[in-house]
Amino acid sequence: MAGQKEIRSRIASTISTQQITKAMKLVSATKLRKASEAIVRMRPYAEKLQGIMAGLQESADDDRLAVYFKAREVQKVALLIITSDRGLCGAFNANVVKRVRAMAAGELAGKQVQYICIGKKGAESLKRLGFDCDTRFVNALNGLSAESAFDLASTILEEFKAGQYDQVTVVYNRFKNAATQILSADAFLPVSPADKAEATQGSSDYLFEPSKVAILEDLIPRSLKTQLYRSMLDSLASEHGARMIAMDKATDNAGELLRSLRLAYNQARQAAITREISEIVGGVAALEGA
Amino acid sequence: MWVEVLTPDQTLFNGEAKVVSCPGVDGSFQILENHAPMIANLREGTLEISGDDSHSFSVQSGLVEVLKNKVIVLV
Repeated sequence: MAGQKEIRSRIASTISTQQITKAMKLVSATKLRKASEAIVRMRPYAEKLQGIMAGLQESADDDRLAVYFKAREVQKVALLIITSDRGLCGAFNANVVKRVRAMAAGELAGKQVQYICIGKKGAESLKRLGFDCDTRFVNALNGLSAESAFDLASTILEEFKAGQYDQVTVVYNRFKNAATQILSADAFLPVSPADKAEATQGSSDYLFEPSKVAILEDLIPRSLKTQLYRSMLDSLASEHGARMIAMDKATDNAGELLRSLRLAYNQARQAAITREISEIVGGVAALEGA
Repeated sequence: MWVEVLTPDQTLFNGEAKVVSCPGVDGSFQILENHAPMIANLREGTLEISGDDSHSFSVQSGLVEVLKNKVIVLV
C-alpha cells in the first residue's frame, strides 16, 4: 500500500482538481443561460420572418429567385462545420468530427468538398485527420453577434450564387436542453422545396412595396442568414451545456476518488498505529520475559 | 397603433406610436393609424417613430409589415 505521505498529496491534488471542475461547471452554467437567452431573443424575429415568407410562397417560383431554390447537379459541396473554440466539453466536438468523416466517406465520396470550419477545435481535429480545411471563419464564434453571423452568411450566399458550391450543408449540435444536444446535418442551400410548400394563405390582402418578388429577394437571404445565425447560437448553447455536464461528471468522479483515497489513507494510518502498538507490546513482553 | 422594431439580437422598440416614418426602397413613406395591410422593403436610412416619445433608428435595410394597426419592423 502507498505510504501516507503520497496518499496525502494525491488527496490534496484531487481536491484542487475538483475545485477547478466545480468552478468550470458554474461558469458554463452562466454562459449557457446567456446563450439560451440569445436564442430566445431572436425567436420573435425569426418567427415573423417565417410568417411573412409563408405568406409569399406562391410568388417564390419567379425566375429571379430560382438561384436559391434550384437544385443543381451536385459536384461541389460546402460543409459548414460548427464546433467549439475550447475543449473539455465531452464528446461535443468529437461527435461533429465523426459525422463529418462518415459523410466524407459516404454520401460525399467522389465529390469536391470544401470543409469550412467554424470553431477552432473542429478545424484542429480535421486537419490532424488530413482534411483540407477552409479556416476563413474559424474564429467566428468568438464574440458572435447577429452582424458577424450575417456577414459570414452573406459570403457563403455569394459564393453559392457564383457557383462555387452546388450545395451547402451545416453540421452542428442543435440545442435541445442543457443535457441534450442533437447532432444535425441540415441542408442550407439550395432551399429545399419542402420548406417552400409550408402554409400558403392570406397574402392577397397586403400591399407590396415595391413588389412581391422584390420583397422575397430581400427576405430569402435574410431568412437564410437568420437560420445560420440560429445554428451558431444553438451550437454555442450546446457547447456550454455539454461542458456543464462534463464538468459535473468530473466533479462527481473527483468526489468518488477522494472518498477511496481517504479510505486508503485512514487504513494506512491505522495500520501504522497498529504496527507501532504491537511493536511496543512486543518490546514490553520481551523485557518482562528477560 | 402598436409598433415593434426587431433585430435578430434584440427588440429595439415595443410600444404605442402615432406615426412611423420609413425609408422605403422607392422613397420614404409614413404609416399612420389604420393603414392598409402592407409589406415593404426598406433601404439605408433613418426610421422614425413618433407618439408620446420620439425614437429614431438608423437602418441598413429591412422589412416592414403593417397589419391591423400593428407595425412590425425587421431590421
